[in-house]
Amino acid sequence: MSKALLYDATICIGCKQCEQGCATENNLPYSDSIAAEEKQSEHKFTAVLTRGDKFMRRLCMNCQDPACASACPVAALRKTAAGPVIYEEGRCMGCRYCMLACPFNVPRYEWNKLFPRVRKCTMCPNRVAAGKQTACAEICPTGATKFGERDELINEAQQRIRDNPGQYVKHIYGLNEVGGTSVLLLSGVPFDQFGYSADVPTEPMPLLTSRVLSKVPDVVMLGGVLLGGIWWITNRRDDVAAAEDCEKNSAFEDKKRGQDENGKA
Amino acid sequence: MAKPRFGFWSVILWIVMVLGGYSLILRFARGLGASTNMTDEFPWGLWIGFKLFAVALAGGGFTIAAVVHIFNLKRYRPVLRPMILTAFLGYSAFICSLIIDLGRPYRIWHPVVMWNDHSVMFEIAWCVMLYTTVLALEFAPAVLERLGWQRALVWLRGVMIPVVILGVILSTLHQSSLGSLYLIVPGKLYPLWYSPLEPVFFFVSALCAGLAMTVFESWHSRKAFGKQLEQSLLTSLGRVLAVALSFYLALRFVDMVHRGVFHLLLLPRTETYLFLLEIALLLIPTLLLFQRRIHQNPTALYFCSVLTLLGFVTNRMNVAITGMEASSGTYYFPKWTELAITLSLVAGAFAIFWLAVKYLPVFPPAHETHLAQSARVAAPSAAASPAVPELTHAGS
Repeated sequence: MSKALLYDATICIGCKQCEQGCATENNLPYSDSIAAEEKQSEHKFTAVLTRGDKFMRRLCMNCQDPACASACPVAALRKTAAGPVIYEEGRCMGCRYCMLACPFNVPRYEWNKLFPRVRKCTMCPNRVAAGKQTACAEICPTGATKFGERDELINEAQQRIRDNPGQYVKHIYGLNEVGGTSVLLLSGVPFDQFGYSADVPTEPMPLLTSRVLSKVPDVVMLGGVLLGGIWWITNRRDDVAAAEDCEKNSAFEDKKRGQDENGKA
Repeated sequence: MAKPRFGFWSVILWIVMVLGGYSLILRFARGLGASTNMTDEFPWGLWIGFKLFAVALAGGGFTIAAVVHIFNLKRYRPVLRPMILTAFLGYSAFICSLIIDLGRPYRIWHPVVMWNDHSVMFEIAWCVMLYTTVLALEFAPAVLERLGWQRALVWLRGVMIPVVILGVILSTLHQSSLGSLYLIVPGKLYPLWYSPLEPVFFFVSALCAGLAMTVFESWHSRKAFGKQLEQSLLTSLGRVLAVALSFYLALRFVDMVHRGVFHLLLLPRTETYLFLLEIALLLIPTLLLFQRRIHQNPTALYFCSVLTLLGFVTNRMNVAITGMEASSGTYYFPKWTELAITLSLVAGAFAIFWLAVKYLPVFPPAHETHLAQSARVAAPSAAASPAVPELTHAGS
């Protein structure tokens, strides 16, 4: 059901029109000097990297089960059913845990603003909701970035690798990485040459913390009963001791009357 | 003799406060970019490390509250208030630095109404809110005694046990959840520190840091006011600290064995050196504290507590900064403004602690310690009324 992007680096000609389209869609500045910046930033949500005659896009992977969304304490980041991982800036308090949690180091921050926002590619949620392609896919002149149903794009990517085994690294990046992403990559050279880590886990990142968080109610329940029980035992022992003490030593009787009665009760 | 020392420290205090004040203005007038060295590659800096440590110091609060109120070990009652106060100040420092660190601090209340129960940060937000309230209630008797508000005191005694139980649970959750924050960064935190047991490490080390902090405070309190804990009590704390530290170090060791990361110690890297520094700072006091001539000597005990505290500062900074650097591909060292704000928070906490010890019944006055002992023998159940040691009450 969910939408995705398939980027095939072997078809990419490095024209950077996707950068241009992204900037227009997101009201970001774009110029020759920004085009030369080969990294994502608070004013550039996607970047085309160039290594000789090889290219690679960087953008938010829009994970199926995103670490950023699970990390965000106020649910400002959210995975939508349609695919995009969106950001509601009105909720964000700026803890930047999403930036730490993201396995691909995607979220950027407006460090030099007094009321900063987290910035990242959100896979054009408005366009997707309206049944359109993302801006980068629409503008791409070669079809290197293709928009479609995730399942269909996976089939197509597998087909391309089967048809031209010599041309591709036998791996669809994003198929299983961190439980799958809505951006799928094909490349002729190993992905880690462009900073896509080869050793990200294949299980969704949020599992790492949810395993622990799921125990919170148990800790509250069992801890409460246990501590309350210990208190009851230790203080009961005290009451009894006080009562016995009173019987032995009548000099303290007045002082202890309260405890004595408790002891008998 | 005490006066010139105090003069020296108050000058330091003022310098730190002025620099901190300037940095604070810079931070709120110009933003995080101008006032910190944090970047997109390194979004969590010194302030996070400081927060982790401030909360660790508060670990003594729930430990001793449980020991005195729940386990009913009355011997430790004199430790209760300094620990609770420390915890309260630790949490206050945490909240202050959070307000400074958040990009939009005026939205700090958002987790109250905007929920995401999958987020460790959400759990932390709630624990901080609730446990700071609990600590305020736990420390309130000291203030109420001073004000002489008997009815409020009686009411507080009535609710103290549930409050203490809630506090123990909340801080168990909070201490461990600060470690859980880092569970989601397996590829980023250097393997010497990244461990699935991180929440457990944070919890146990908070116990140790809290104990060390008590010894540390008692020594300074004696220097400044002649008020301190009995030596026999300090000795006991030293012994407990030795065992707690041993357990912590054993846990770290076992974890490293299972994860098979010892070979990393052969690499000549910054991480290796700072890891070894951290372990050395914790191992030395552990070994020393098992010796009678150390844990019975106030100065040696103090020295051990300082090493322990430095060890945990190093640990928290290693997790927050050292361990995250390599994967970020950048180099981070805090800007002077970050340091100034952190130091002024520390100085502020010390100043408030100093004022509290001076004006509130925090430590038992020296001459009443014996009185307390005899009172305990005579009336074993007298101290069962929570949080209000009759001894200090009688003295005021």
